[in-house]
Amino acid sequence: MKKYINFESRVVTLPLNNIDTDQIIPARFLKTTSKQGLDAHLFHDWRYDVQGNPNPDFVLNQPGARGARVFLAGDNFGCGSSREHAPWALTQFGFRAVVSTSFADIFRQNSLKNSLLPIAIPADAHAELLAAGPGAVVAVDLVNQTLTLPGGRKVEFPVDEFSKHCLVEGVDELGYILQQDAAIARFEAAHPAGINALA
Amino acid sequence: MRTIIEKLWDSHVVYEREGAPTLLYIDLHLVHEVTSPQAFQGLRERGLTVRRPDLTIATADHSIPTSDRSFPIVDEIAAKQLAQLETNCSGFGIRCLGIHSDLQGIVHVIGPELGLTQPGMTVVCGDSHTSTHGAFGALAFGIGTSEVEHVLASQCLLQRQSKTFQVQVDGTLKPGVTAKDIILALIARIGIGGGTGSVFEYSGSAIRALSMEERMTVCNMSIEGGARAGLIAPDDTTFQYLCGRPHAPKGAAWDAALARWKRLPTDDGAAYGRGVSIDADALEPMITYGTNPGMGLAITASLPDPAQISDPLQRDSVTKALKYMGLEGGKPLLGHAIDVVFIGSCTNSRISDLRAAAGLLKGRKVSSKVRVMVVPGSQEVKRQAIAEGLPEIFRAAGCEWREPGCSMCIAMNGDQLAPGEYSVSTSNRNFEGRQGKGGRTFLASPLTAAASAVTGVVTDVRTVL
Repeated sequence: MKKYINFESRVVTLPLNNIDTDQIIPARFLKTTSKQGLDAHLFHDWRYDVQGNPNPDFVLNQPGARGARVFLAGDNFGCGSSREHAPWALTQFGFRAVVSTSFADIFRQNSLKNSLLPIAIPADAHAELLAAGPGAVVAVDLVNQTLTLPGGRKVEFPVDEFSKHCLVEGVDELGYILQQDAAIARFEAAHPAGINALA
Repeated sequence: MRTIIEKLWDSHVVYEREGAPTLLYIDLHLVHEVTSPQAFQGLRERGLTVRRPDLTIATADHSIPTSDRSFPIVDEIAAKQLAQLETNCSGFGIRCLGIHSDLQGIVHVIGPELGLTQPGMTVVCGDSHTSTHGAFGALAFGIGTSEVEHVLASQCLLQRQSKTFQVQVDGTLKPGVTAKDIILALIARIGIGGGTGSVFEYSGSAIRALSMEERMTVCNMSIEGGARAGLIAPDDTTFQYLCGRPHAPKGAAWDAALARWKRLPTDDGAAYGRGVSIDADALEPMITYGTNPGMGLAITASLPDPAQISDPLQRDSVTKALKYMGLEGGKPLLGHAIDVVFIGSCTNSRISDLRAAAGLLKGRKVSSKVRVMVVPGSQEVKRQAIAEGLPEIFRAAGCEWREPGCSMCIAMNGDQLAPGEYSVSTSNRNFEGRQGKGGRTFLASPLTAAASAVTGVVTDVRTVL
C-alpha cells in the first residue's frame, strides 16, 4: 500500500442516506476474477441509462467529478453486501476519502484496507459541508484526524490507532498478523479443531 | 457475568496488544466463487499457503446458472470465475463442493446442513449473510476479500469487539406470521443502520419456539439491520438438529461438545449495551415497499407519505424509493399487481420454506400473469423436496423448479427481473436493481410469496389459509 498523505480536494456530493454497495457496484460486475477495471462500473446503474449512455444528471458525469478525491454522501454509507469491489471501484475512480455521518461496519473495514479513508463527522458539520454546494474544497489531515471545511472550520474525525498507523506508513494488516505466528500456533495447540472439512 | 457474545469473543482471542485490534481465531471459513479469486491471487503474489484447509470449505453458488447443469455455462465470464474457484481450491488443498458436487448449494445452507456450523464457533465468509450461522450460537459474520486472504493465510482476523444488542421476542406467532416477519419487523423498527457496530442476540419465548431453519432466517437478515452478526443461544432444538449430521461430533466427542455448548448461553444478570423488545402476538405478515430492507410495514398498512416526514434527507430517501418502486405514498400495498415470485435465497430456500410454499400451492394454480421461480438452497434440499413430492406440487401449480443457487436474490446468473417488473421475493435485499436493473422487489415470507403467486397481486396470506 502507498503511504496515505494529507491532501486538499474538491468534493463530489451524493446527498442520499443508506447508499448500499449494490449501488456502488451492481452484482453483475462481480463476475470478474480481477481487482482492476471496476471504476468503469462505479455507480453504474445511476451513472448510465438503459442504453449505456451517461446520465447527465448524475454527479459522476458532471464537470469536476474526474480528479476529485473526496466523496460526500448521507448517513450509513456502504450498507448491504460485503463486496470489497465497492472500495476498489471508488479508489480506482480516484477517491481517497468518503465523508458521511456514519458507515456500515463491513464497508468501513474494507475501505481502511484499501487506503480509502471513511471520515465520519457530526451531523452539523455534515450539513455545513452539504450546504457549501458544488465545487467545495476540503482538506484531509489523517495524522491530526481533521477535515477542514470550506469555511475554514476544522472538524475532528475518529480513526483507530492501528488503522491510522497502517495507512500513514503504507503497511497492510496481513504482515502484522503473520508476525503473530507463534501466538496462533499456541492457540491451535490449546484448542483442537472440532471439524475436519476435508473428511 | 457475560453474554454469549462476550463468551464467544473471549474464547477466540489469540493475541492482544495495546493500540492494535484483537487477533481472533476463526473456526470455520466458508468460501465461494465471487469474493475469493482476488484473495487467492494475493496468496500467490506473497508466496503464502492456506494455513488450515481442514477448517475451510468452498462451494459455487452466486454466479452459477439454476438451469439444467448438464449443459455448458453460457456466460463465459461466470464460467471462468467458477473454473477459477475449482483451480484455486485444488491448488491450495481446499475441498470444493463445486457445480457438479452432489453437496453443492448456497454457502449458508450447506454449512449447517453438513454439520460444519456448530455452537461456540467463529464462522466467517466473504458474504454479508454469514450472520445466518449465528442461529447455532456461533459468532458468524461477513468479511471482505482482504479479510478472506487474511483468514486463508493465518486462520485469524484482526477485529474490534462489537457492542451487544439484545432483541427480545416474546409471545406466540399467529397463523400466517413467520420467522421472516419477525426479522422484517425488527429491521422496520430499528432501521437499516440500527444495529451498526453491534451483534444481536435474539432471545425470548418466540425465538425459543422457532425451528433451526426459522432461526437461520432470523439471523440471516441481521446484517440488514446493520449488525454484522446476530445469534441465538443453543438449546435442545439446536442439539437435535446437529445430532447425526456428517460433520457433527460423534460418540464421546458429542458428549464433550454438548457439555461445552451448554455453558454458552448468556449468564443470568449479564448486561447488554442496548435492547429492543418485540411482541410476537401483535405481529402481522410483513412486506417491504421501498429500496432497503428497513422500508417495511405490516401487509395491511398504508405506504408512508413523504409529506409527513420532517427530516429532509429521510424524506428525500422515501420519495426516491417510492418513485423507483412506482408507488404512491399513503396508499395500501395490498392488491398491487406483480410479475414474478421468487422463492429461494439463503434466507428462505430450506426444506421448511419449500414445504410452507408447497402447502399453500397444493391443488391451486398460480396466476397466469406471474412467473414463479422456486430455487432450492442446496442439492440436499432438492433431494429432500423430491422425496416429499414437492416439485410435482410446484410444477402442477405452474411454478418453475430450478437447480440450487443464489439465483434471483443477487441476479448475477441471468435469473433477473426486467426493468419495471415487480416481484414478491423471499430473499433479503430490495435495493435498487438488486434483482435486475430497474426491477422492483417486495420482500416477504414464503407464505406471503406463495399467496401472492396465486392471486397475482400482493396478498395477505391470512385471507387464503
